[in-house]
Amino acid sequence: MHQDITFTVPIGDFDLNFSFTVMLMSTVAAVIVAIFSIVGARKLAMRPTGLQNFIEWVMDFTRYIITSNMSWDKGGRFIALAYTLLFYIFVANMLGIPFELATETDHFVLWNSPTSDPVLTLTMAAFVIILTHFYGLKIRGPKEYFLDYFRPSPILLPFKIIEEISNFLTLGLRLFGNIFAKELVTILIVSLAGVGILGALLAWLPLAPWLAFGIFIGALQAFIFTMLSMVYMAHKVESH
Amino acid sequence: MDTMEFIADIEWGNALYQLVVFSLLIWVVSRWALKPLLGVMRKREQQVNDNLDNAEESRVEAEKYLEQQREELNNARQQAQEMMDNATKMSEQQSREIIDNAKAEGERLKEAAAADINREKEQALESVRDQVATLSVAIATKVIEKELDESEQEKLIDSYLKEVGDE
Repeated sequence: MHQDITFTVPIGDFDLNFSFTVMLMSTVAAVIVAIFSIVGARKLAMRPTGLQNFIEWVMDFTRYIITSNMSWDKGGRFIALAYTLLFYIFVANMLGIPFELATETDHFVLWNSPTSDPVLTLTMAAFVIILTHFYGLKIRGPKEYFLDYFRPSPILLPFKIIEEISNFLTLGLRLFGNIFAKELVTILIVSLAGVGILGALLAWLPLAPWLAFGIFIGALQAFIFTMLSMVYMAHKVESH
Repeated sequence: MDTMEFIADIEWGNALYQLVVFSLLIWVVSRWALKPLLGVMRKREQQVNDNLDNAEESRVEAEKYLEQQREELNNARQQAQEMMDNATKMSEQQSREIIDNAKAEGERLKEAAAADINREKEQALESVRDQVATLSVAIATKVIEKELDESEQEKLIDSYLKEVGDE
């Protein structure tokens, strides 16, 4: 029922797998974010109107997310990261809302939310987690960074390591799980329309609230992902 | 072997692609959108702060001016009051002077009139007395001419002379 268009590039012995659908959708989301941001910031006015207003609102929201976790002089440098995370994940989540394209016979998916792919979400999570470690080392120095694994007690060292791994997994899989479930249920409801006349007539009844809920979930997950990224960042960057 | 296969099946290419795309997106967005936007937002903040400061300054200045105006108004009122007081005082003084002058003039006129009247009376009396004397002399002359003889005349003249000498 659900299949991606994949292709493989062999590098030596290793086969490097690509999924065309995810790459396409990720690119689309990225392009949308870039266009909105750049167009919104193209004609900058002291009295913002239209798109600039919206972009500034997103930025204020991002700033709120950062400042609720760490001081601005430490967190200010992450505004680009947080802004892009928030906007990109939101757009990616929304892409699957209006429709999902698939080829007829083999059900190769052409259009969906790229965030319903676990590899993509885990990559994002890994990116964020690696950045937290990088900035932890950079801002607080290696000594403080490594000492943090033994605080408040050395006994906690294994748990600290497990925490890092579980942070990475939960961050990525939470987003994937939510969006994947949303897409799956949407497909189920839509396929209801194929079950006779009654199904075709009444399929919109569960579909409409479900899509509304999907929009809610998409926005919420974008917020949660960004918020947690900043929480993990604050753990590494702020001295306790 | 299964695990290895599973790991090998993961779309590592996608992961790489996603890393590149997302890093690129962050760079693009921060370079062409966020940096200029942050600049404008900071500038706006600055402007708002400046405006607030200016407003505060203007308010203080306005209050100062108001205070000045109030003071000046009070001064003007005081001056007007003073001027009115002065005018009243002056007019009172003037009227008093005029009345005094008039009284003095009247007094003087009355005295002059009284003096005139007295003088006239004196003159009238004088002339009456003169005429009476003349008339009585004339009458006396007539009477005496008829009755006196030489000796008698002599005696009378003597008595007159005596009288004159006594005086």
